[in-house]
Amino acid sequence: MASAQLLAEAKGLGIKRSGRWLVRHVDLTVRRGEIVTVIGPNGSGKSTTVKGLLGLMAPDEGKAHLAAGIKVGYVPQKLAIDWTLPLTVRRLMTLTGRYRRDEIVDALQSVGVPHLSNALIQTLSGGEFQRVLLARALIRKPDLLVLDEPVQGVDFSGEIALYELIHGIRDRLQCGILLISHDLHIVMARTDTVVCLNGHVCCRGAPKTVAESPEYLRLFGPRAAETLAVYRHRHDHVHNADGTVVPLAGEKGPEERHA
Amino acid sequence: MLDDFFTRALLAGIGVALVAGPLGCFIVWRRMAYFGDTMAHAALLGVALAFVLETNLILGVFVVGALTAVALVLLERRAALSSDALLGLLSHSTLAVGLVIVATLLVHLRIDLLSYLFGDILAVSRLDLLVIWLGGAVILGAMAVIWRPLLAGTVNVDLAAAESMRPEQARLAFMLLLAGVIAIAMKIVGILLITALLIIPAATARRFATSPEAMAALAALAGILAVIAGLYGSLFFDTPSGPSIVVAALALFLFSLLPIYPGWMARAGGHPS
Repeated sequence: MASAQLLAEAKGLGIKRSGRWLVRHVDLTVRRGEIVTVIGPNGSGKSTTVKGLLGLMAPDEGKAHLAAGIKVGYVPQKLAIDWTLPLTVRRLMTLTGRYRRDEIVDALQSVGVPHLSNALIQTLSGGEFQRVLLARALIRKPDLLVLDEPVQGVDFSGEIALYELIHGIRDRLQCGILLISHDLHIVMARTDTVVCLNGHVCCRGAPKTVAESPEYLRLFGPRAAETLAVYRHRHDHVHNADGTVVPLAGEKGPEERHA
Repeated sequence: MLDDFFTRALLAGIGVALVAGPLGCFIVWRRMAYFGDTMAHAALLGVALAFVLETNLILGVFVVGALTAVALVLLERRAALSSDALLGLLSHSTLAVGLVIVATLLVHLRIDLLSYLFGDILAVSRLDLLVIWLGGAVILGAMAVIWRPLLAGTVNVDLAAAESMRPEQARLAFMLLLAGVIAIAMKIVGILLITALLIIPAATARRFATSPEAMAALAALAGILAVIAGLYGSLFFDTPSGPSIVVAALALFLFSLLPIYPGWMARAGGHPS
């Protein structure tokens, strides 16, 4: 993974507004073929970090840059579209570029909503809407796909389906994926790297490592780790950073979990 | 043909309506009605300054409108006041300063204040017509260029910026184009009614449009119909032409609200309640 193309990189990124640091000392990289999830409580600076990384907000400290010439696909948290704007799904697909009709059909097909192409955006349900937004980002064949809270307004089973979809996209397009989430989701188990943010990077690593780290548990409470366990098949050990197996009973993780 | 003042008025009004339609749609979609009002009010200050500096009126109105837009964008970044309060501040202070200067000048220059506030379309000259159609063509051309980034930014600013559409530049360009429309539309409906000519045709078009582009075209059409109906109405009923055009636009809008669709008659008959 480390040899794959570096798509986006932030080093010591700090952004402040009205004299207050929203985030500081953030290091973050996304490589081709990698899924990186940024998690953190509300107001922890996740969106700010991603905006800094994408160059939408100028850094006050440190550096952030995208690899030259890469295409970004962006799935926003929500769209507040005024009802006076008559926008069909098909027209939304060509919002930032021109695409042929069959490309549009293919993109909608790939997220399982080909029947919606003539529907008005304002009439879609939460789950349909997220899928359409995903299709809109995918039609660009992005090198870097950025999803801000992609499962908002989607029920639990829809959530799993959506994450399966995201995972399939990574394999098919071989793009890098950056996810933002305000709490711990089952997806974490299928992510390559989790970055836990709270104004700064609290902890990072593979999902299991993060879920069991004391900083993570302090931030989200012990119950959060159980959410992860729902999806993950049962483990009786954890991996160290170098991959060696450590039995669960011998680590401090479990004690903290039941604290 | 252009010798007739009524023909000139019709052509001028149609020219302005063609441009006001597409721009008015963005004002409605982006909820910028109050912003349009503010720029229109600033136009009176432009008129006053044009008289003081003895320059072209349309140029004066455009420059003051553009400066107001830039001032608003800069003040928004400072964010000491909400943009709503900032608009109220700019809107009425520019109008007041404009009124004070014009009133001072009135004594010496016999300026007809009402013709700026409510328009003087029947006094459109050949030169005015040229400025309206040339300026209008330039504005429409520029709108075509910024259409995609502006629409993308209207849907979601972050999305547009992340996908390198430069929505902030498009927004600023749109504000400048709006200053241009206000400058050329002032003579048609006047400072106080320009926003109506931008918003009402767009609102009328909403009901029948299935895409943003169709709505822009329909809004231009609705504006043209309002100009024609309003001007003929003012001729027959001897009413002021600017306000008559706005009244005609309103009538069209109300007409668009009527629940006329297939099956309406049957349904109305089927449910006596």
